[in-house]
Amino acid sequence: MRLLIFLARRLGYSIFVLLGLSILVFLIARVMPGDPARMAMGPRAPEWVVERFRTEMHLDKPLYVQYYYWLRDALQGKFGLSIYTRRDVSQDIGEFFPATMELALFAGIIMGVFGIVLGVVSARYANSWIDNSVRVITYMGVVTPAYVFAILFLLLFGYVLNLLPTTGRLSPGVPAPPTRTGLVTLDSLLAGNFTAFFDALKHLIMPGIALALGGLSQEARITRASITENLQRDFIALERSQAIPERVIMSKYLLKLSLIPTVSILGLDFASLLGNAFLVEMIFNWPGMSRYGIHAMLTKDLNAIVAVIMIFGVIFITVNIIVDLVVSWLDPRIRLGAERAK
Amino acid sequence: MAEALLEIRELHIGFEVYGGTLKVLNGVDLMVREGEKVGLVGETGCGKTTTAKSTLRILPMPPARISRGEILFRGADILKMGPKEIRRVQGQGISMIFQDPTAALNPVFTIGEQLMDAIRYSNSQEALGRREIRARAIQALKDVALPDPERILECYPIQLSGGMRQRVCIAMAIATEAELLIADEPTTSLDVTIQAQVLRLLGNLVQEKEASTILITHSLGIVREWTDRVYVMYAGGMVEAAKTREIFARPLHPYTQLLMRAVPKLTGEGIAEGIPGRIPDYLNPPPGCRFHPRCPYAMPICAQERPPFFPRGEDHQVACFLYKG
Repeated sequence: MRLLIFLARRLGYSIFVLLGLSILVFLIARVMPGDPARMAMGPRAPEWVVERFRTEMHLDKPLYVQYYYWLRDALQGKFGLSIYTRRDVSQDIGEFFPATMELALFAGIIMGVFGIVLGVVSARYANSWIDNSVRVITYMGVVTPAYVFAILFLLLFGYVLNLLPTTGRLSPGVPAPPTRTGLVTLDSLLAGNFTAFFDALKHLIMPGIALALGGLSQEARITRASITENLQRDFIALERSQAIPERVIMSKYLLKLSLIPTVSILGLDFASLLGNAFLVEMIFNWPGMSRYGIHAMLTKDLNAIVAVIMIFGVIFITVNIIVDLVVSWLDPRIRLGAERAK
Repeated sequence: MAEALLEIRELHIGFEVYGGTLKVLNGVDLMVREGEKVGLVGETGCGKTTTAKSTLRILPMPPARISRGEILFRGADILKMGPKEIRRVQGQGISMIFQDPTAALNPVFTIGEQLMDAIRYSNSQEALGRREIRARAIQALKDVALPDPERILECYPIQLSGGMRQRVCIAMAIATEAELLIADEPTTSLDVTIQAQVLRLLGNLVQEKEASTILITHSLGIVREWTDRVYVMYAGGMVEAAKTREIFARPLHPYTQLLMRAVPKLTGEGIAEGIPGRIPDYLNPPPGCRFHPRCPYAMPICAQERPPFFPRGEDHQVACFLYKG
């Protein structure tokens, strides 16, 4: 019940956030220099063709009217035509988005799982050579941009060692599984096609890890810091004084508390991961949203720009709602504090 | 005379820090007899809490290092115990109540979870059933006069007041039926109005459970009202030990005398005197008696040798060369 109220409230807020975001993006896309109608029709198109296109796209109307038309269509799930692909934007997104989602989910899972594990190991062996190497490596992980990792991996594992495929989602010759979720790995598992599954997984490894490393390093460092800090707290001394076994103290009392900051920044890290995905997708020729998004920006493909950004907005909000749920489950102070404020 | 339950002999503890070792405990001697209520007084930072934590082996090591001494609990040296034996002492031998109940309770677990784990692991011989543990937890909360114990088990620390939290901590300490209770300034972080209540409650419980107690405090008033015997501690060592009545009537050590004079009296006029000088630097403590730089009666020998306890009358000891021979 409490959960439902929380969700309802967060979804309510989200509507306003998305409305605000749509207005902002809508305006920015339109005030950028360049005439979208002219760019869509090409430099040699006669003036009357451009004019007709402008009227069709409502580009001759005031901005608020244009926004009204856009919102009216968007509420019905129609995001208009892309002038780059000449197709429905929703159709384009349906095609490119799953690839990005698969990459982001894979990277997100690696980031969360290995970040926490590394942090715990590092804290467990604090100030040993293990801890020191983890700290040095994660420090480099935090300061190195994802695309640098992507290029390094590409050179090392792709060309020099020739261990992993360097482009796309599946090797040529491997038949793609029937599309159900759009995530190739999941689809091939659902179809029971393990050849395709492992092939898709191999394609995911390099871009996925390149994307994950930054956030992973940050998670590891924060987890380590939070565990070592909490170890000094009085209640750990009290629990130890009560003959509670060390393993129970560590895995139950210490871990739950120490994961709160880690989980809190997971949401932010996931957002920056989506941003970084643009460059990493370019490097690995990943057929995701990035190429589409970048083309949309460069060609002033108004409908595509707004739709791409809105999709990222929705993902960002969803991830943060999930993060907030997990954090409030971990931390009763937040849960109860929110209740008291009502 | 009752048997010694806990006996600390010549305990030296240092903390390794950047730039050297903080020589925090410098030969601590302390003895608690069965059924006795012992007070441990001294300024903030003189090593009271370190002494208490060392008896439960919960000092973080490193940085802490025990260089010398022994802590005998019923004759067995706690510092030499294996994991099984030390857990028996922690479980049913000694319980500790911490100074700040807010810091001593884990904020993300319910009171029930924490209290029941304390009970569950206190008995290393027999495994208790869930229902039995819960019943004991509820009984412990009733013992500390908390209303509606079943509800409190479901509460998180944040949902309780400071006084209630300290009652919960006391409940944890008594639920395991420990023989020795160490209360480390149990009322310092509480409102003045709650302090008396909590102390009275603790007193009654100790009486009822017939447990021995070490009460750590810097309030001489509480010591006077509460304890049978007192240890006065200064800069990592005991300077005087005596029956409570005796020490208030006849304080011998110059530090004890100054400490008593520093207490403001309700009838007196104005502010009480402080003790001139500062507490020593533990990195480079003064040689000999650590109090000698502040002592009005300092003699040449005080800067050379650490004074041992000299007996003065029945059950009265003082670590000061003024009383040698």
